[in-house]
Formats: sequence, structure tokens, C-alpha cells
Amino acid sequence: MTAVAERPDVARRGKPRGSARSRSDRTAIYLLLLPSLVPILLLSVFPLLRGMYLGFTDARAGRNVDVSFTGLENYRELLGDDLFWNSFKIGLLWAFGVTVLQFLLALGLALLLNQQLRFRGVARVLAVVPWAMPPVVIGILWKLVYHPDAGLLNEFFHRVGADGLRTNWLGDFSTALPAVIIVGVWAGMPQTTVVLLAGLQGVARELHEAAAVDGASTWHRFRHVTLPAIAPVIVAITALDFIWNFNSFGLVYVLTAGGPGGKTMLPMLFAYEEAFRYGNYGYAAALGNVMVVIIVALLAVYLRRRLREAN
Amino acid sequence: MIGRPSRTGRTLQYVVLAGYLIFLGFPLVWLVSTAFKPPRELVQLHPTLVPSNPTVQNFVQAFTEQELGRAALNSLQVSLASAVLTVLVALPASYALARFRSKLGTVALGWVLLSQLFPFVLLIIPIFLVLRQVGLANTHAGLVVIYVVWALPFALWMLQGFVRNIPRELEEAASVDGASRLQVLRRVVFPLLAPGVVATALFSFISAWNEFFFALVLVKTPELATLPVALARFVGIEGTARLGPLAAGSLLATLPSLIFFAFMQRRLSSGSLAGAVKG
Repeated sequence: MTAVAERPDVARRGKPRGSARSRSDRTAIYLLLLPSLVPILLLSVFPLLRGMYLGFTDARAGRNVDVSFTGLENYRELLGDDLFWNSFKIGLLWAFGVTVLQFLLALGLALLLNQQLRFRGVARVLAVVPWAMPPVVIGILWKLVYHPDAGLLNEFFHRVGADGLRTNWLGDFSTALPAVIIVGVWAGMPQTTVVLLAGLQGVARELHEAAAVDGASTWHRFRHVTLPAIAPVIVAITALDFIWNFNSFGLVYVLTAGGPGGKTMLPMLFAYEEAFRYGNYGYAAALGNVMVVIIVALLAVYLRRRLREAN
Repeated sequence: MIGRPSRTGRTLQYVVLAGYLIFLGFPLVWLVSTAFKPPRELVQLHPTLVPSNPTVQNFVQAFTEQELGRAALNSLQVSLASAVLTVLVALPASYALARFRSKLGTVALGWVLLSQLFPFVLLIIPIFLVLRQVGLANTHAGLVVIYVVWALPFALWMLQGFVRNIPRELEEAASVDGASRLQVLRRVVFPLLAPGVVATALFSFISAWNEFFFALVLVKTPELATLPVALARFVGIEGTARLGPLAAGSLLATLPSLIFFAFMQRRLSSGSLAGAVKG
């Protein structure tokens, strides 16, 4: 490989320059890449494009032979579908709620873990434990916490003499969504914390020391030194968290399956029901297209504003 | 943040830190406690934190319970196959990506980010249809293929970073000494790449082990279900008395990831893997 390695420009520009060796090297490169690129194209890029196309058809389970192109029919139907609007609203509430809470809590924890505290090592390990759990197990774990009879939370309220607060957290109309949001925060916090902590560790100590010598208070140093320095990290992780949360499925599926009465019916759960319970493939794919458009639009607005602020 | 805070400030910091650790840790303590409770203590109205008669009966039951034991075995097979195949497929490509500048590298990197944007429902229906056409629907092989493809972009990204860290000069020196290309790869590159290969394999093992959505949709036969799917079904049929085996099964399902995290601890705290494991 060294012969090529010495002149990567040949490989890059793909100009053989008449040398038989470099031509065989280029063949070698393609052969090396082929086993990866072919499966990605066939089972990731192609299905994605086909999925987008399905959103403009009347595809149904068991009727994949004569699928016809129906244009914007699915979208017209979506606009008039109360269940869609409900899942859209729930999805936004959930994604914003989890992302914002998760960010604030993670920032606090990252700032603490960035200090010279005792037990910091232990704390760092404990802080990432939820990250190591399969989402389905996190759902089960919190079902145990929220269990109306044998649950940790209700038992806690009983012990502190607040029996009036005992309730069926996941089964009650008013508490179901906040209850699943807390679980989302618990599940996602470690990752956000680790990212923010990495950002904090990149902040130059000299800046802080200089500001401290100049008599800046802790708050001032946080506001004018730390925050601007980690702004790019904050923008990136909150944007990603929002997308992941908006598209999430397994956690809430295990916790509530969208219930009670659709109060936790995230868009992905709604799409899953449409596709695999009722067989409306085209309709579900259309919902997926709408979600991509919404995410791209929200991201564009958010990133433009944040990046302008950061500069 | 660097100046020395006052004593009360310090105390406050420890109190807040304790609050965080209770929030993050207590549900886990509850899971462990539930897993070790005998059936009688599970149904009692006011449960205790520490089981008065701890038992491993739930673990035995979770394992011998046809559904969960077989599901764990299914998960193990699928995840191992995914890990091995991902490494085999990604290894040559990452070498090419790291050693020769190409647009494909940029495209692969871009795809990692882009693939995070799309809701799975857009992919799952066409994948479901494709797998059915080639006769891989409702099989472990079909699931493995999907997991490999899904882990590939990130595996490529991770592995090519490891290749880049091997100095080119080492390879050149070996070839000057008369080693053939294959010998250079086998004697110089592969041994130095071992940690990267292990990390990539672990990453794809864990993403397959934890995965729920594809496994739920693509595999319909209960005997073929993976552990997350079997656990989710178990939740559906729970009576209070079934909580014990459920908690025990959940703990067992977490073990591989815990081992993975223990192994990767240093990289995780440096944030370099932060985008890797998605909820």
C-alpha cells in the first residue's frame, strides 16, 4: 500500500498518469470500499428514498403489487386527522420538555463534575450508568418506580405522610406526559452531561484565572467566559437531543404505549400503529416525511439564530 | 469556577451533587431490590427498600422461563453475528478511508450525521418489504443484516480514526525492509489496530443488543424474539407477582452494556464517543 500512500493525489484525482500500478491501486481502493458501500446503499439510502416515495402512494399491507401514486392525498388526510395533530402536539411538548430539562440538569451536573470535588470519580461513573441501559429496560425500571401499588414513588409519598399525592402516574390523564418526560430526562441526561463536560474541559483555565484576578464574580465568569466558550457544544447537543427525542419510540412504547387516551402518543408511536396495526404504509410514510420536514425547518431556524448569537 | 468557593458554597455543591446521584441512582437501587424480592414481598402494599428475605429465585425464573432464556440466547446470537460482520465489512473500507483522501470519506461522515435525522418509520416499511422479497423477513439473518448496515457508518468513522493514529512511517519502514503489502498489514497494521477493532465490535454488539424497534417489527415469531422485545411483551402480561422475574431479566439485559461501559470508561469521559450510543 505504501506506493499509493506516497502519492495520495493520484488516488484522489483519479488520474492514472499512465502508470499501471496506480490504476491497480485505484481498483484496490474501490474493492476495499465496496463491501461497506453496497450494503449502505441497498439497505439504508435506497429504503430511505423508497420510504419517502411511499408517502405519496396508497401503499397498504398485503397490497404491494398495485400501489398507485396519489400525490398529496395522504397529506390532505393528515391535515384533517385529529390523531395526527394530537401526536404532533404531544411530540413537540415531549421533545421540548425533555431537551430543555435535560440540558439544564446536565449543565448543572457537568459544572459540578468539572470541579475539584471529592468522590468526583465515583460520581462520574454513576452519572453515566443510565446510558448503559437498553431503552426497554429503562422503561421497565420506571414502570417499577411509577407502579400504582408496589411502586417506589407512591411508597415515598406514603412514608413522608403525603398519601394524597399517591396516584397512578402513568395511567392518569394529567400526570402521564410529565411522568414520561421525567423518564426521558433520566435516560438522556448522561450523554448530554458527558458532552457538556467535554466542552467544559476544553475551556482554557487561563481565561478563568485572568477573570478571577480582575475580580469577576463566579456568575460573571460563568456568563462571560464559560458560556460563550461552550456555546458551539450547547448548540450541537441540544439540536441533536431534540431530533433524537422527537423521533424516539421504545421508551414510551414500553411505559405507556401512547396511552392513556393518547396523552403520550408520540408521532413515532402513531406512525407505528398506522403502519403495523392498521397496515397503512403510505399514510405512515407520509407522516415520516412530514416529521423530516418539520425537523429540518426547526433546525434551520434554530441553528441560524444560535450560530449568529455565538459569533 | 476555579477560584476557591467559600465553605458554604462547597457544602451546597455536595448537597446538589448528592441530589443528582439520588435522582440518577435510586431507580436502579429499586430495580436491584425488586429483582431480589420473593413473590410475597412483591405483592405487599407497602414495599420495603431492602428485601427481608432476599432470593435469587427471580433470576432462576427469568432464565428458565422459556421466553426470557431463549430470548437472551437469541439476542446473544444476533449481537455476536452483527459485531463480527460489522468489523469484517468495515475494516477494509476504514483502511481505504484513512489512507487515501477521497470524497467518499466525507460522504460517509456526512451520512452518520444525516442518518440521525430520519425517523425510523421511513426506513422500516421499505426495509420490511425488501427483506420479505429476499426471504429474510422474520429471520435472525435479516435482523443481523439490518444491524450491520445500521452500525456501519459509525463503525467506519470510528475505525478509520484508529487507522489514522497508526503512523504511516511504520508501514513505510516495514515495506522498505522488504515486507509485502499483506505482510505489512498483518504484522504492522492489524496488531496496532486491535483496540480499535475491539471497540468497534463492542459498539456494534451493544447497539444490536439494545435495539428494539427493528426487532419488534421485523421478527414476528415469538420463539425468535430478542431480549428487549421479550421483556416488552413480559411487561404487557405483568401481574404484580411477575415484577420479580421482570426486574431480574432487566438486570441481566443490562449486564453486557455495563461491561462495555466499564471497558470504554476512559474514552467516554473524554467525550470522544459521546455521539455513539443513542437512546
